[in-house]
Amino acid sequence: MQNPYKAYPVRIDDIQVATADKTLRTFKFVFLNPEDEEKFSYHVGQFAELSIPGQGEIPIGIASSPSEKGFVMFTVFRTGKVTSHLHNMKVGDIMGLRGPLGNWYPIENLEGKNIVIIGAGFAFTTLRSTIKYLLEPENRKRYGRLDVIYGARNPGMILYKDELVEWEKRDDINLNLTVDGTDDPDWKYHTGFVPTITETQAPQGDDDTYAILCGPPMMLKFTKPVLDKLGYQADHIFMSLENRMKCGIGMCGRCNIGKELVCKDGPVFTLDKLNEMPEEDQ
Amino acid sequence: MKVIKIDKNIWAGGIDSLRSGYRLFGPVMQGDAHEYKELTSDETPDMAYTNTRLSPKSVVFPQSEPMFTYSLDENNPEHHILKDAPKDYSPRAVIGMRPCDAKALSLVRMNFDTEEYRDPFWMNSYDATTFVGLACDSPCETCFCTSAGCGPYHEEGFDVLLSDCGDAYEAKALTEKGEKLLAAAGWTAEGDASVFEPKKAEAEAKIVCKVESSNLRGKNSLDLYDAPFWKELSFACINCGTCTYACPTCWCFDIQDENKGTEGVRMRNWDSCMTSLFTLHGSGHNPRDQKHQRFRQRFMHKLKYFVDKYDKGLMCVGCGRCVQQCPANIDIRTICNKMNGYEAAS
Repeated sequence: MQNPYKAYPVRIDDIQVATADKTLRTFKFVFLNPEDEEKFSYHVGQFAELSIPGQGEIPIGIASSPSEKGFVMFTVFRTGKVTSHLHNMKVGDIMGLRGPLGNWYPIENLEGKNIVIIGAGFAFTTLRSTIKYLLEPENRKRYGRLDVIYGARNPGMILYKDELVEWEKRDDINLNLTVDGTDDPDWKYHTGFVPTITETQAPQGDDDTYAILCGPPMMLKFTKPVLDKLGYQADHIFMSLENRMKCGIGMCGRCNIGKELVCKDGPVFTLDKLNEMPEEDQ
Repeated sequence: MKVIKIDKNIWAGGIDSLRSGYRLFGPVMQGDAHEYKELTSDETPDMAYTNTRLSPKSVVFPQSEPMFTYSLDENNPEHHILKDAPKDYSPRAVIGMRPCDAKALSLVRMNFDTEEYRDPFWMNSYDATTFVGLACDSPCETCFCTSAGCGPYHEEGFDVLLSDCGDAYEAKALTEKGEKLLAAAGWTAEGDASVFEPKKAEAEAKIVCKVESSNLRGKNSLDLYDAPFWKELSFACINCGTCTYACPTCWCFDIQDENKGTEGVRMRNWDSCMTSLFTLHGSGHNPRDQKHQRFRQRFMHKLKYFVDKYDKGLMCVGCGRCVQQCPANIDIRTICNKMNGYEAAS
């Protein structure tokens, strides 16, 4: 068995500033050993440890789709030691990638079903992966209606804007973009918080409709009752969580919520399951 | 099962014979307490100890250990690529380990040896080790192993179990690894298997402290989590982490890169759920930023989450170290009884 702590060596192939305030950058990594790309076979919703020798490791959701070959993509907010260092790295620099880690959005079980994807802020990364995957022609036909609700603080903070504009033109996805507020007269989408937009734009819940959520705690807290009101059953709502992590493989002991480890038993949990788990912070 | 008699006058000679084939670890007086350490060529394990201050978990799980090395020198063609740190997984043996500590390693193994992942550092050390136990005929007042799925003659996790019979040890070989070690030491005299049962009964009878844990499995986890007693129980706790440091079943760790010039080592270090840094998010948010939350996490993990997850009993072996060493007199026995007896108001 391979040493699960050993990162695959990768080269930074592309870096793009992702938001107007420049606090987020999107990195594309290419494996130094092509056979490692196959070993790094992942599902939508999984994460990986970005491993920078000399700095440390950070767990980040995978933003590329398994259908995109030749690279793996992550969008990273600059916040601590490792992310600050990463933001200063250049194309061509060598670092490591460890994973894929955790469970995933169980979309293979949702064939023929309607899916509504709800995201906010920079938690949109694994949701971007999911949407990209679902929109591949060979995948799109296997699913029913696809709705997306995505909110950011202001238009400049929206991730993957070019892609969203393209998706918006399609007739096989209902895309609802929203911002908390803006004075941009050209803003032609929604204004308001994600829970509010969800209430008016999301389809009614039923046996065949599932919701996938990822976002900051406040957004999740206020979106849950909205989905409940819309008739979504708790086992039809998938949420992706995060916690401080080190090992990413269920061994170092810090990311637990009750007996569940966010890194290994999660990061994706049904609301049903979450209701059985203690609410930390109390 | 083979039982060998080891006369104490050939004990030291046997230990010497083992040195060529094994790295030996054992209890040695260090300052004012016994500790496990790797024995130098002129040291023999001090078998007259009651218990060590720290558990021997460090034999397989060092407090600090290198995982990988790397170079930051961009002239090095392999810069920023992790290389396996040099390791010595040659055979090693722990001599004179207490049954509680061996059982603790069996419990911790469940964390490091899983269906999906195998921790190579912990497992390679564990597999390289022959565990030679010393049964407890004079348990401490704080011992409650018989209430924690263990006991003074418990054999789980051992390759050999020794019982001190005055002028000699009776050595029960429990595994092939154990038989091999006894042969390597040159200990071959046939022993008397019948001494174990009565001595076991006598030793168990000396452990008068009982802890109740039989209801824990059936309790609702959320009820226990929301129980009103956590703030009160944790009031005296100073979150010093002595309990996690001394505990044979605490395994949490941190990973840190340490650089010197352009060379570096990725280290793994023991960590503790008692510190707020343990769970602090990059955003500044901390799910366990208050003392009672960390305190609750430690006891819920040992006495409820682990119980539910593995169905193998408590994540506690009753060694009593945390009870002896806590500067605030927090006693896991009291907490376990309290949790076990708790009924949520309906």
